Amino acid sequence: MMLAPSVIEELRRAVGKEFVIDSSNDLRIFERDASIEGCAPDAVVLPANVAEVSAVIKIASKNRIPVVARGAGTGLSGGAVTIRGGIALQVTRMRRILEIDPVAQTALVEPGVVNQELSLVAATHKLFYAPDPSSQKACTIGGNAAENSGGPHCLYYGVTTNHVLGMEVVLADGSVHWVGGDAPDRVGLDLCGVLVGSEGTLCAITKVKVRLLRTPPSVATLLAAFPTIEAASQAVSAVIGHGIVPAALEMMDSVTVGAVEAHYHAGYPTDAGAVLLVEVDGIAESTLELMTAIRKVLADHHGYAMREAQSPAERDLLWAGRKGAIGALGRIKPNYYLHDGVVPRSRLPQILSAVGEIGVHYKLPVANVFHAGDGNLHPNILFDLRDREVLPQVESAGEEMLRAVVELGGALSGEHGIGLEKSAFMPWVFSEDDLDAMKLVKHALDAHGIMNPGKIFPDPERKMPHLAGRTGLAIEAKWW
Amino acid sequence: MTTQPFARLNDDDLATCVHCGLCLDACPTFRQTGLETESPRGRIYLMTQWKRGGLPFTEDQARHIDLCLGCRTCEAVCPSGVPYGRIIEAGRSEVEHIRRPTPKRWLARTALRQLLAKPRRLRTAGAVTRAAQKVGLTSLVRSGRQLPALRPRFQPPAGGIAPAIGPRKHRVAFLVGCVMPILYPQSHEAAVKLLQLAGCEVWFPRAERCCGALLAHNGDLDGAERLRDVNMQVYRDSNFEALIVDSAGCGAHLKDFYPELEGRVKDLSEWLVDVGLPTPAGEVTMRVTYQDACHLAHAQRIKKQPRDLIRSIPGVELVEMRHPDICCGAAGLYSTLEPAMSARILQEKLDDVLSTRAEVVVTGNPGCQMQLESGLRSRGSTMRVEHVAELVVRAFLH
Ligand SMILES: Cc1cc2nc3c(=O)[nH]c(=O)nc-3n(C[C@H](O)[C@H](O)[C@H](O)COP(=O)(O)OP(=O)(O)OC[C@H]3O[C@@H](n4cnc5c(N)ncnc54)[C@H](O)[C@@H]3O)c2cc1C
Ligand code: SF4
Ligand code: SF4
Repeated sequence: MMLAPSVIEELRRAVGKEFVIDSSNDLRIFERDASIEGCAPDAVVLPANVAEVSAVIKIASKNRIPVVARGAGTGLSGGAVTIRGGIALQVTRMRRILEIDPVAQTALVEPGVVNQELSLVAATHKLFYAPDPSSQKACTIGGNAAENSGGPHCLYYGVTTNHVLGMEVVLADGSVHWVGGDAPDRVGLDLCGVLVGSEGTLCAITKVKVRLLRTPPSVATLLAAFPTIEAASQAVSAVIGHGIVPAALEMMDSVTVGAVEAHYHAGYPTDAGAVLLVEVDGIAESTLELMTAIRKVLADHHGYAMREAQSPAERDLLWAGRKGAIGALGRIKPNYYLHDGVVPRSRLPQILSAVGEIGVHYKLPVANVFHAGDGNLHPNILFDLRDREVLPQVESAGEEMLRAVVELGGALSGEHGIGLEKSAFMPWVFSEDDLDAMKLVKHALDAHGIMNPGKIFPDPERKMPHLAGRTGLAIEAKWW
Repeated sequence: MTTQPFARLNDDDLATCVHCGLCLDACPTFRQTGLETESPRGRIYLMTQWKRGGLPFTEDQARHIDLCLGCRTCEAVCPSGVPYGRIIEAGRSEVEHIRRPTPKRWLARTALRQLLAKPRRLRTAGAVTRAAQKVGLTSLVRSGRQLPALRPRFQPPAGGIAPAIGPRKHRVAFLVGCVMPILYPQSHEAAVKLLQLAGCEVWFPRAERCCGALLAHNGDLDGAERLRDVNMQVYRDSNFEALIVDSAGCGAHLKDFYPELEGRVKDLSEWLVDVGLPTPAGEVTMRVTYQDACHLAHAQRIKKQPRDLIRSIPGVELVEMRHPDICCGAAGLYSTLEPAMSARILQEKLDDVLSTRAEVVVTGNPGCQMQLESGLRSRGSTMRVEHVAELVVRAFLH
């Protein structure tokens, strides 16, 4: 669907000529996020402020054009993909940190501010922003709020929604609202809670007020090797079973460790079956005490080659390896497909062996790198899109893994959102009634369904899931 | 000459990009525009589509390739090991084959080829600019950035050898290059002095030409190959431990483009930290900040050594800016060919540099030096720009 020239004209008037892109070739460059879905928008619009966002959404509303907000496009579930065409509302020009209040420990930021940039600036006040998705050097605070993103340190500190105090949002009719407030306790209906994690389907976020925390005086980071991934999973359960909640507790299997070492040279043991990265923070005495306890539990569960970071630089390097892990898998195969299902921690050994078996069955390499502490899996199925035969296999393997998660009492997504990739699976965990309740909210806020259509809710029109048959991939496959 | 469209772009290189987007905010042009089309991921996607026939080549979209600085910051942060430097050079070279060159690009390329291939012409050009400068015509160079005040050209010592100071421990060759000896002779002089102090006998190969970096970065791979052939004849049968380069752009190019020199090309700071300098004789009381030259930090992954050298001087206080490793917008001919984007990037860099309140900003590449000098001048700042070697050598001049 092409947008009428009059609509393009209106959009140009709203944001300025150079901030509307409608050349079909250029639009193709915006067809994907970090997942493997793809479909080009009909226009990319780059507003500079809330007034322009509102104007754009009013135009879209009047003409019933889909609007899909887009931050950095690092989403892993196809959330920013304009599957029904329409307007990609790229918020990356809105990247100012408007205010940092070191006393109240809050920051007010525009949605395009990059997560790591906020941390850098907060650090000058000895503060930090806790949710730290592994994509933090590129992903935006707006995208984080929309996905209710997590990160390694969310085990202890909680995910994005625990750190968003309030937001300025534009609804589907172009109206501008503040939700939430300055204090962590929300009175009245918790609209902020509803809108965080709504994946762009209810509103466009134009400002976010977040809570900042004091940088802990002491941090200890430990890397431990394990002979097998099962042993490592058992160790994870044991640590938590001892009543210890580390700031972060991450696992990587041997496939991942190999890829990561090749880029970061962080000294990860490449002979191990799996490694755990554990971090504790607080005052010096307590981190020392906790770390001693953790070391003992890990050793009791076959942990070896334990190495504690001796300097901030070494700690950064250990973390760089973990945070770059998914990208580093490109060294093995050019494409990955992953679902981020969550299981109860005690089920980790079972789910990991199920995942392993599924990989073997489909003869597909699988790399596990995940937030073990909260049972949030990331089994990356590795493949090469240029090999068309393999696509149905990848898709079936992914679906089976997710089914195994649900059968073990788990959830569809820990942090990457439902987006496009998992919408068809929603009925596995939600009853018709549950889904209807969600749809009522959606309808109340977006009666014409222009906000990020085709996401979250199962789409009766699309025979899902059929990766190979989906728009973007079909195009890509045709190029071969 | 290539016949197949985009034959120079290697599909396996392109396929290493997993489209994760982790490189986006490292890219200066993405930071300025917020546009996927001006990001590394977008550019790789575009070139992939060109290569695979998914998108037709258009002049409009070639703009996205033109706007790439070639700073390779994306390459340094990419966890997937995408060889972006190789991809963009190949992509540029294809673009230059296909499209009608604009007069500006044609001029730039022809002039470059002629000048760099024949050092004597460069000297004449240098003399012309120098004359122009004397009569106050610096604006003759219409690049928006001015040339530094010219000093007498760098002259290698008679006999082409500078002896080690103290016992000779190493024998190294030195890249005199094309631009440095004319624009920044003082950097070369300082570099050679430091090498001598570190016990190196420094050899200046007489028949050595420009390394070809500027050509390669601007899509003229054929021209660059010709220069390499000439230079390799000089290097091939000579006996030296390392070829020392004090200009980051040249060092990066030599490391990538001269496989026969494998392991022997060394940036000055890399080499000096390796072999060690004597204990400095004096103190240098100075507040400095360090700007990573892209082709040092990203292409060669050298960030630590220059800082180690700076910190080794008693009295020097090194204050880091917030983003020392983001490009200043110089990028070879970029500031001439894409003045508008270059200026935007420079302004952000200047804010960052000035916020350190340093007296001197130190860097390791002539292009960055020129860009920063002209930027600081335009802001009316008195902050000076120096090559790492110039700063470090002060400690030994007492
Ligand atoms: C290598 C890698 C590692 C990752 N690690 C993690 C991790 O550890 N934890 C985690 O949770 N996620 C992770 N992710 C996923 C992803 O980075 C997060 O979901 C992130 O929050 C997306 O931010 P973005 O700016 O890229 O958003 P986009 O991808 O651009 O958009 C994501 C969704 O948010 C919506 N959206 C974006 N901006 C707005 C806005 N202003 N208003 C309304 N809706 C908006 C979009 O419509 C879309 O539905 C990872 C991704 C990669 C590639
Ligand atoms: S170039 Fe590297 S970092 Fe950037 S999108 Fe591709 S794989 Fe990711
Ligand atoms: S080389 Fe520099 S300008 Fe070009 S894409 Fe990479 S980071 Fe961006």
